[in-house]
Amino acid sequence: MRKILALIIATSLFISCGEDQDDNISSNANISFKLSHSFNDTAVTAENFTDLDLTNANGEVLNIERFRYLISRIELINSSGLAYKLKDYKFTDLAEIDSYNFNGDISIPSGNYTLKLIWGFNEEDNIDGAYQDLNTASWNWPTPLGGGYHFLQFDGKYNINTTPTAFNYHNGTARISDGVFEQNFVTIELANPIFVTNNTSIELKLDIAELFKNPNTWDLNVLDTPLMPNYSAQKMMQENIESVFNIGEISN
Amino acid sequence: MSCGDKESDANVYEPIPYNLEVPELFQQKLIAPLIPANNKLTIEGVALGKKLFFDKLLSSDNSVSCATCHNPQESFSDNTVLSTGVNGLIGTRHSMPLFNLAWNFDEKFFWDGHKFSLEQQALEPIIQANEMGNSSWEIVENRLQNHPEYPKLFKQAFKTSTITKTLVTQAIAQFERTLISGNSKFDRYSLGQETLTPQELDGLDVFMNEERGDCFHCHGNPNNPLWTDNKFHNNGLDATFTDLGLGAFTGDPNDNGKFKSPSLRNLEYTAPYMHDGRFATLDDVINHYSEGIQNSPTIDALIKKVNQGGVQLPTQDKANLKAFLLTLSDPNFVNNPQFENQ
Ligand code: HEC
Ligand code: HEC
Repeated sequence: MRKILALIIATSLFISCGEDQDDNISSNANISFKLSHSFNDTAVTAENFTDLDLTNANGEVLNIERFRYLISRIELINSSGLAYKLKDYKFTDLAEIDSYNFNGDISIPSGNYTLKLIWGFNEEDNIDGAYQDLNTASWNWPTPLGGGYHFLQFDGKYNINTTPTAFNYHNGTARISDGVFEQNFVTIELANPIFVTNNTSIELKLDIAELFKNPNTWDLNVLDTPLMPNYSAQKMMQENIESVFNIGEISN
Repeated sequence: MSCGDKESDANVYEPIPYNLEVPELFQQKLIAPLIPANNKLTIEGVALGKKLFFDKLLSSDNSVSCATCHNPQESFSDNTVLSTGVNGLIGTRHSMPLFNLAWNFDEKFFWDGHKFSLEQQALEPIIQANEMGNSSWEIVENRLQNHPEYPKLFKQAFKTSTITKTLVTQAIAQFERTLISGNSKFDRYSLGQETLTPQELDGLDVFMNEERGDCFHCHGNPNNPLWTDNKFHNNGLDATFTDLGLGAFTGDPNDNGKFKSPSLRNLEYTAPYMHDGRFATLDDVINHYSEGIQNSPTIDALIKKVNQGGVQLPTQDKANLKAFLLTLSDPNFVNNPQFENQ
């Protein structure tokens, strides 16, 4: 309830700012986001990601073949707790450099903010088949596992120097038993202050290595595939995802 | 001079926009089809494209049309292992079925994606020695220009009677974008208009279940009724490659042995299967994924249980999977009089 109220206030604030935008451009800022990816200190990009030999916390050497993920409700929260929802959802494919950049849908007043987002979709948004762009990207999560959408599809091979073996680190709704499901999204709030003036670009960094280490050290030899129907694996992923994001460079 | 211009302006026929009928299910589930701004569909353009598609005049010896290798009754593919072009020359790959091409949003065409856009694609077969065999496009342009009907038809479709390869391929691409298949038993099931048998439903589970067949990561799902991701994968056909596929096009060894996932619609009409037509039946295909997987460095991580040769489906699961796959057949598409030679 409080959130809804905050949103209403936020919206009206935005509208009033919007009205005098022409006279006073500096009061409203457009926000652009830039996603960047790493594996610990190694930059992972569209150009290099299939060529990297990476070592996870458990010591397995692995290759990335595919890395696609969904975040939603990307909000900036101002110092009095007002939330500005800048994007409903964002689907990113590591292989598509064009998908790394996106703009907020609204402009916001200058000031200090923090960033909040949801990993995947919350229960309200995770509606089976409801998003045409995500359906077109074959991003759906099977109905017998609760339906809706994947949050992450991370495919690759590990033990690449000995016996290369596939892993499919796929994350979405967790199935407890037939027909009984548990939400599996993560609300992520990053404490770093973000100062917004004119037009501001925010780098959001995702460290893939965190998926394998914090708090659960992931042993691919035990948990490689299939993981989608594996309740405890899904919950371990949820825990590990909490620490994958960081704020990077902010430029005004 | 200016007077003449005016006169021809007054005579210019305005082609009528073509209303593409998008199936209800596609409207619900998918983003709108991709129609390039510089080649909007018109009734005259589509009709011209259709005529060209079926016309053997486009080949060097008047023996082969696009439809020779893309037969409407075979879902616009061809039942030979490798297609035969002019002079009996045999190609290196199996023909591809043609439908729902406007929903290939990456616009990468051919098994290895080497042509971007349908217009660009259509440039190729006309001058391939083992397809339509012309030594140049100019010859084809002249042949059409000197034809009793074509100049008029181009004028109606494109407001000019000067026939160029660009316009020829634009017309063909317009026709190809009208080839929509969206009325299978499964489509009607998705719309709540038909039920599936328990066997077909279990086959769907084999298809969707990561612990059984797990086909859906590459071949679509009930919310993606294209039944393909239009992406490139190595699905474990060979341990070493004679055809590098995507790798030959990109030059990246990581892409060796990768081919575009075909749609699983209309499999009933499109045998044999795979880029080289190696499998004569659907049973052969299912056995491949179940026991016949060959390992190689670029095999897709989504191909399961490679060390066991595949997903190891019990006989009943295989039969159910096949029954499900056959619910994706769209007889109305292959028998649509609109798509047949006039
Ligand atoms: C001799 C047989 C033959 C003829 C004639 C032929 N094709 Fe093809 N077509 C093929 C084969 C084989 C492929 C796959 C080739 C490859 O991937 O290298 C193909 C692929 C295609 C594709 C790509 C489909 C996709 O989903 O990527 C399109 C579109 C197409 N043909 C249209 C045409 C058109 C238009 C014509 C006439 C101008 C034509 N073809 C003439 C055999 C033929
Ligand atoms: C990793 C992605 C992937 C998975 C998983 C996958 N396929 Fe495929 N499939 C492909 C690709 C790529 C091709 C074309 C390969 C070629 O021709 O070289 C293909 C071809 C086919 C064909 C032949 C279609 C035609 O028109 O020639 C059928 C049928 C098929 N797959 C069914 C299945 C079934 C059933 C499953 C699950 C048991 C499955 N596939 C799993 C990628 C995949």
